[in-house]
Amino acid sequence: MRYIFKTDYEQDIRIVKHGGQAFWYSLLGVFLLLSPWLLPEYLLAQLIFVLIYSVIGLGLMLLSGFTGQFSIGHAAFMGVGAYTQAVLTNAGWPFPLAFACAGGLSGIVGIVIGVPALRVKGIYLGIATLAFGFIVEEGMARWESVTGGNAGMHVKSPAMFGWTLDSNAEFYFLCLAITVGATLALLNLLRSPTGRAFVAIRDSEISAQSMGIHLARYKTVSFALSAALAGIGGALYAHKIKFLSPEQFSILQSIDLLLMVVIGGLGSVHGVFLGAIFLITMPQLIAMGKDYLPESVGQSPGLQAVVYGVVLVAFVMFEPHGLYGRWLKIRTYLQIFPFYRAGMFKRQKAFQKSDRLK
Amino acid sequence: MQFVQLIISGSAQGCIYGLIALGFVLIYKATETVTFAQGDLMMLGAFCGLVLMTILGFPFWLAVLCSIAAMAVFGVFVERLVIRPVLGQPAFSIVMLTIGIAYIARGLITMVPVIGTETHTLPVPYKDMTLRLGELVLAYEHLVVIGATALLCVGLYALFRYSKIGIAMQAASQNQIAAYYMGIPVQRLNGMVWGLAAAVAAIAGLLLAPITFVHANMGFIGLKAFPAAVVGGFGSLPGAIVGGLIIGIVESLSGFYLPEGFKDIAPYIVVLIMLMVKPNGLFGEKLRKKV
Repeated sequence: MRYIFKTDYEQDIRIVKHGGQAFWYSLLGVFLLLSPWLLPEYLLAQLIFVLIYSVIGLGLMLLSGFTGQFSIGHAAFMGVGAYTQAVLTNAGWPFPLAFACAGGLSGIVGIVIGVPALRVKGIYLGIATLAFGFIVEEGMARWESVTGGNAGMHVKSPAMFGWTLDSNAEFYFLCLAITVGATLALLNLLRSPTGRAFVAIRDSEISAQSMGIHLARYKTVSFALSAALAGIGGALYAHKIKFLSPEQFSILQSIDLLLMVVIGGLGSVHGVFLGAIFLITMPQLIAMGKDYLPESVGQSPGLQAVVYGVVLVAFVMFEPHGLYGRWLKIRTYLQIFPFYRAGMFKRQKAFQKSDRLK
Repeated sequence: MQFVQLIISGSAQGCIYGLIALGFVLIYKATETVTFAQGDLMMLGAFCGLVLMTILGFPFWLAVLCSIAAMAVFGVFVERLVIRPVLGQPAFSIVMLTIGIAYIARGLITMVPVIGTETHTLPVPYKDMTLRLGELVLAYEHLVVIGATALLCVGLYALFRYSKIGIAMQAASQNQIAAYYMGIPVQRLNGMVWGLAAAVAAIAGLLLAPITFVHANMGFIGLKAFPAAVVGGFGSLPGAIVGGLIIGIVESLSGFYLPEGFKDIAPYIVVLIMLMVKPNGLFGEKLRKKV
């Protein structure tokens, strides 16, 4: 068991809390830096997808895990970013410029949807973002002169200043740099007054407002940042997948993104990465397990849906803090070995918190 | 004439949205959770009717009654096994839970050999019959939907107005703790509300099946019922039906008069406008939060 004896206020907001963290994260960093040489091409491609989904997940986590606003249309922001990047890259813009535009435009769209969404909360917000997601998807399918419509559109490799990143390894390092940058930015944001305000809004809007937090401003900021991160992720996604079509950004994608943050663990940055790993490896695991199942079950197109559904239901019922919550329990168990008690992480018996107005 | 025709087919579609939205509202009023599984409950109801009619060879009326009853029992079970243990968790967890249930239902249906992966027509006695009124040509399928919805509304009105259970349900939805102190078994009633919602969904599925087809993805229509519920005001039963009608008619008119592509997004545009102008919906009560 590790006791951190705090002697300085700085220690409270330090990103790396103690030596153990520094050691393990540098080990992870070394592994990630060396992985193009360590991993076969296929696994590297999967790792790229994990990184891309992590960036998008960071955005959604900021909005739903830390600000408590839920979006059932996040794939739309991802789509805006992806199409912006695709159109600008194909027009010959250098990568950094196109990338900034993709993130910026998604952020602006986020503000546009965020402002009317301020009047509504809870499930109404979910429905507003759901409606917005459908409208954007339809827009992408119908605006054929720009997006190529349902026929889809090809995306060139990212290029900047005479240097084209067309190999997997080069693109991997690009994604890695952006993911690390986004993660550090988010961690930094969360320990700043802005991030604290987000968390206060999540925990109770009324008490946050009484503390002098401007609800509308902070919610808009959260929406914009979240959408911008989703747009950045979408831009990388466009380069990775190389072929865009509107159904990649449908409601199902939005639900996958939500699944990722919920299974990873709402309200933890680690959860984003665990959720992204889950989302990417699960289809592979299902494909491997298929052969051991009876024909009618193993070959059915709905197998993946059933597995996702069961996992989702199981997590909400038995482990509301997701994969990260489970890891915390395992870690505590090991750290204080024989003293772990069954009730240590017992869920508080909560009375139903009513949104209903009386 | 064309206009009237469009209005009628839109109303029929709108009744379906209204019935699904009714399920949302029932569950929302009772347990304050929003379910995303309502569309898939409808799909299960339609499949249930299909199996009873084509494979087991039940007569039409018996099959309809049996599938409604089966879905009601299923709804009670879902509430007892999955929803009740997590009540009191953040609302969003429960939304995710119902999305999970919807995924499972959709996936399991495709695993049923023979019927799961294909599209079917439901053999109803009024298939392909039309009624001519002067220049109007009305499909019986649409008329049956409208008629059945009207009957169901009268039935639900009577239930909530005159029966003990209905009044108890209203009491529980207004204030759970007070209702509990008055001796109303709130939890059991919540289970029954889920059963009722599932039964309404089954009716919607059986009514929709002759118009479209029966297939595993028909539950996605449930997503269009959200706009209906919001337009009517999320806590109002008549609002759900009116909202459904509005959404159905808007969709049908915009499919005809507006350029291609507007038909599918018209309901969502309507709901966004509604949320901006009048977030409480047409029939929602104006309430303020007290601390």
